Amino acid sequence: MTNFKKFKILSTFFLVLLLFLPASVKVSASEQVIVVKGSTTVLPIAQPCAEVFMDQNPDIDISIQGGGSGVGITSLIDGTCDIGNSSRPVKEEEVAKAKEKGVELFANIIAKDAIAVIVHTSNKIDGLTLEQIKAIYTGEISNWSPVGGEDQVIVVVSRDSASGTFEAFNELVLHKEKLRPDALMQASNAAVATTVANTPGAIGYVGLGYVTSQVKAIKVNDIIPSKETVNDNSYPLARPLFMYTNGEPEGIVKDFIDFVLSAEGQKLVEENGFIRVK
Amino acid sequence: MYKKKENTIRWIFTILAFSSLFFLVGITITLFISAWPAFQEIGLFEFILGREWYPTYDPPDFGIFPLIMASFLVTIGAAIICVPLGLGSALFINELASQQQKALLKPIIEILASIPSIVYGFFGMVVVAPYLQKLLQIPVGQTAFTGSLLLGIMATPTVCSISEDALSFVPNSFREASLALGANRWQTLTKVTIPAAGSGISTGIILGMSRAIGETMTVLMVTGGAAIIPTSFFQPVRPMTSTIAAEMGEAVVGSTHYHALFAIGLILFLITLIFNIIAELISRRYRLKLGLGR
Repeated sequence: MTNFKKFKILSTFFLVLLLFLPASVKVSASEQVIVVKGSTTVLPIAQPCAEVFMDQNPDIDISIQGGGSGVGITSLIDGTCDIGNSSRPVKEEEVAKAKEKGVELFANIIAKDAIAVIVHTSNKIDGLTLEQIKAIYTGEISNWSPVGGEDQVIVVVSRDSASGTFEAFNELVLHKEKLRPDALMQASNAAVATTVANTPGAIGYVGLGYVTSQVKAIKVNDIIPSKETVNDNSYPLARPLFMYTNGEPEGIVKDFIDFVLSAEGQKLVEENGFIRVK
Repeated sequence: MYKKKENTIRWIFTILAFSSLFFLVGITITLFISAWPAFQEIGLFEFILGREWYPTYDPPDFGIFPLIMASFLVTIGAAIICVPLGLGSALFINELASQQQKALLKPIIEILASIPSIVYGFFGMVVVAPYLQKLLQIPVGQTAFTGSLLLGIMATPTVCSISEDALSFVPNSFREASLALGANRWQTLTKVTIPAAGSGISTGIILGMSRAIGETMTVLMVTGGAAIIPTSFFQPVRPMTSTIAAEMGEAVVGSTHYHALFAIGLILFLITLIFNIIAELISRRYRLKLGLGR
């Protein structure tokens, strides 16, 4: 047999194999589907949890979409999803609207999102108040000396205004006031940490899971950011993350939420930079 | 039978050749359709001349003037760096280098072109930016200048290889005639060789700038990303490309913000189109001037 012929036979074999591949996937596809919609902040928790859950339960299919907390809760009320992800508690209007439609919004807290404020390791500042952080980010304070540091220009580093971390920071610190326009906008938590680590006058904020030894996490309102202070609710820059369901979760939805709250699910929560609740 | 086979092959190649036209038209139409709602909702002038970019606030501001200025500033800076570097290397390789030097330099410059842009970006963020910050005593190292420096180095291979090709196509008879008339090497170079290769050299420069203005990953990582109208090279800026890259993943599909990002893409596309048209016009003018026609 010539080499060419061998090649031909082999490639035909692989082509046939490829044709069968989608068919074999389809066979294991299921009837049971969980639709999850909502907050992009919760997405990095929901996605890996769903992947592992689907591996363990091949007969259940989970479809996950983003869109924001509002979209998640609205879809839950409209009945177009089973789980509405949200990075904020529901609003009164939403509860009223849900009642009209006979939907009971049940909050499942699955993780906590905490933000650490970081400065360069050479910075003498130990802590700032929420008001001071806000004044720095809006541009009212632009030097470290009024807040107890050296006479040095503050370099303000922020996450991109479209990110979930920025959204949380905006809600907890800025209260929707505009960031100073010359703030450095970084595309990831890691980029913020690198920039702050390399810039003596910098201040930045990252998810608590991204704090490294190359930067200094400071106290906020005199509270050190840590898992303990987040879980006893004393650290101010933290917020719970929710998976809302219609009434107490039942059936496969309960199975999935139980999985997220299990040791395995909470490990995924931690691996993705959030704080575990169990 | 033979004729039929030849015709089939001819058709296949015709379709393949025209497929790029199909892609171009498809991309342009998609860009227009996705960008159009942004112009309707924001207004063309408010969009292009607006001075504030706060896309996720309530009410949002969608002014991309600072982004356009940032892109131009970084690109001009890159041109200032890549033109002397690229053209200088091309002249050296073509006019002065020995065979061994040529054999060493050409592959090295090609390798420079093959480094992925994220590697440039990472290098810029971790090494160049902190170094510049200390060296120049500026508050932050991620500036328009840092971006220009890296983009300039990235665009150098483009400028160099196209210019070098153009120089090598200048007939030796031109140089010989000039030298025979008593011109020295410098005069021959500046009065004969460079003008004769002018169209290729300008094409190289403009394509290099095109690459610089369209480059995304590097500028996203090293220019800081502050949406302000730059007043100096040593300020953080937010070019158009990095805005699209940073925000597209998070913008809600179908929102004004989403369409505004497509509109930025459209404007970027028009700018590079203008660059390419200019390159084409310049190369024609040179051909006419030299009587090479076409």
